[in-house]
Amino acid sequence: MIEFHLDGRSGVAPYQQLVQQVRRALRLGILREGDRLPTVKEVVAHLAINPNTVSKAYRELELEGLVSARPGVGTFVTRTLADNTLAAHGPLRTDLERWLAKARRAGLDEESIEAIFDSTFRSALREDTA
Amino acid sequence: MIWLTWRQLRLSALVVLTTVACFAIALAATGPQLANMFAEAPEDFFDQLGIDDTKQALFDFGTGLVYAVPALVGVFWGAPMVARELEAGTHRLVWTQSVTRTRWLATKLGLTALAGLAAGLVGLALTWWCAPIDDAIAGGYSEGGMLLTVPRLNPVLFGARGLVPAAMTLLALALGVTAGLLLRRTVAAMAVTLVAVVGLQVALPQLVQPHLGDPVALDQEISEETIRGIMAGGGPGSGPGPFQRLEADLEKPGAWLLSQQTVDPSGAVVDEFPAWTTDCGGGRDAMAACLDRLTDEGYRQQMTYLPASQFWRIQVLETAILVLLAGGLTGFCFWRIRRDL
Amino acid sequence: MSTVIRSAGLGKKYRSRWALSDCSLEVPSGRVVGLVGPNGAGKSTFLNLAVGMLAPSAGEIEVLGERPTGRSAPRTRVGYVGQDTPTYAGLSVADHLRLGAHLNPGWDETQARQRVARLGLDPKQRAGRLSGGQRAQLALTLGLAKRPELLLLDEPVAALDPLARREFLQDLMEAVAEQDLSVVLSSHLVSDVERACDFLIVLVDSRVQVAGDIEELLGSHLRLTGPRRDPATLPAAQEVVTASHTDRQSTYVVRTDAPVLDPAWEVSRLTLEDLVLAYMSRQALARADARPSLEALR
Repeated sequence: MIEFHLDGRSGVAPYQQLVQQVRRALRLGILREGDRLPTVKEVVAHLAINPNTVSKAYRELELEGLVSARPGVGTFVTRTLADNTLAAHGPLRTDLERWLAKARRAGLDEESIEAIFDSTFRSALREDTA
Repeated sequence: MIWLTWRQLRLSALVVLTTVACFAIALAATGPQLANMFAEAPEDFFDQLGIDDTKQALFDFGTGLVYAVPALVGVFWGAPMVARELEAGTHRLVWTQSVTRTRWLATKLGLTALAGLAAGLVGLALTWWCAPIDDAIAGGYSEGGMLLTVPRLNPVLFGARGLVPAAMTLLALALGVTAGLLLRRTVAAMAVTLVAVVGLQVALPQLVQPHLGDPVALDQEISEETIRGIMAGGGPGSGPGPFQRLEADLEKPGAWLLSQQTVDPSGAVVDEFPAWTTDCGGGRDAMAACLDRLTDEGYRQQMTYLPASQFWRIQVLETAILVLLAGGLTGFCFWRIRRDL
Repeated sequence: MSTVIRSAGLGKKYRSRWALSDCSLEVPSGRVVGLVGPNGAGKSTFLNLAVGMLAPSAGEIEVLGERPTGRSAPRTRVGYVGQDTPTYAGLSVADHLRLGAHLNPGWDETQARQRVARLGLDPKQRAGRLSGGQRAQLALTLGLAKRPELLLLDEPVAALDPLARREFLQDLMEAVAEQDLSVVLSSHLVSDVERACDFLIVLVDSRVQVAGDIEELLGSHLRLTGPRRDPATLPAAQEVVTASHTDRQSTYVVRTDAPVLDPAWEVSRLTLEDLVLAYMSRQALARADARPSLEALR
């Protein structure tokens, strides 16, 4: 079972935050096929948000084919996003850790590390889409 | 709605109604004894009553209670009815349920009025209990001097007998609710209600009651037997002077003397008694002679009074007036509560 | 989109002061509507008019298709939780439920009992001894168990501490998920109602400044920052909400449905709070504009 949270300052619409959280959980293997998502009422009672927001997020996930609603029973995960990539996570993380250590040795502080990662990540994305 | 009314009123309702009920039981228990006392020896009735502390206490307490009931109902039931809701903001809770404000007020006012009426009817119970006393007074057996021997038509007791207390209770309730609606403060409404009810109880007998009866005029002969008091003399330090005022006894048991004055032979009200009355101060015989001489010269004592027989007529009229007033105020309350509050 | 409340030219005068004037708005059904505005904007007056506690001095208001002060006022179909959530201090929690049962034909006793049990309220407890949050929950229970089609809440969380505020809104949202009802919630703070609402009405000085679906509002409002520019040069599709200028720079909040293509602008999204503040400051400016003419005469 997944527990949702909302970030009021992120600028991302609440329903999108819910969608992202489900996707991330699917990617990380926290949610697997057949798992039940919390009911709208449960989410609403937990987060004090409008029920329509939750319904909208679930509808979007359903459209993406990630979950399916069974009336009267609940909403269930039908597909996982973790399958092919999960195995690669470990080596990638080790590489990243090695790179981080190198950056620190070069005298970069946290803020600089974040900035260099961010700008490289963004420019790489731009090249990909271009 | 009935439940809510009961729930909010139950404590004070129980206190008032229990007191009244206990008193009514005491009256019922002692009433027949009192009737016997009078039936067996009417001429000794007041002497016997004078040494019966229990019955005297019942009479005094009862009179006090009957006068207090309207004020209690007005102050503790009427004034807080709307004012407390407005003060606590609970009107926004109760008037936004499915029941209309009109029905809310109708139920509250109706039930409270019924309870008030029940308490107010203690006046009738007291009237029943006092019947032998009133009969004894009407029979001329009283010699005065006690509250017990005051005729029931007299302003002091009139408002504690018959239907007037019940009507006054209804009026006090309406006054309380009206004050609460207008002032919106419980304590202020209670104070205003108390002042208004007591004011009415004092003012009504003086200002209204005399006009409700049909006053009877009587010309009384002036003599030693009829005259009870004489005021004479000039101003302070000016020595003896002529009579200034005569007061006669009204030989009508149970009646309420409204006014009396001395008139001269021409029928004009005496402003100045003859100068010779200056010399009447020489003892009892001289005084009697003077009084006889006034009669001989054509002076008479003119009196107006309300006879005992008009008691119920005045009761009914006053009750009608009070109920009408209460009705008017209630109408205003219903009009007001439908407006913004 | 059907409406639950419709007002036209609605006004309310207390003695000589207009608490609400010329207010025309429509509240859609099936939504949780946030009625937001500064203190004194007329929110409370509006809700009081909607529930029939007050009668309009001008204009008209219809709630669920009926006049709230009329003979066929929808009393059974509208629930109301008043400001400071009044309850009878001397009556117990159970007494309040009985009160609700006696005063409402459609009373849902099971729901009321379950709610009280779930909230952990002692039925024998006097309402006067409840905490502010518990009292608000009790008032909400009364409003919900009546099974209304429309629930009006007048600043229900204003007096509550953050935890009680959160719990109240959680509870309210749960009820909205369970029952099919429209809700209007007033508040002077957007942050209080931001998550709970899906529709927003901003009321300033009796006037509706902006009303709409919250996500649509957030999607259609943008902040543009760039070199100084005259508002007249902006495309017609961009409605200026606020504008501020320095010597060289201009900052606009605009409402537009089309994307902003001009590369000179740095475009950013607004939070709901920024959006509401933009509309509120616009009204404040309009008020200030109305005054200088007087001052100039002196």
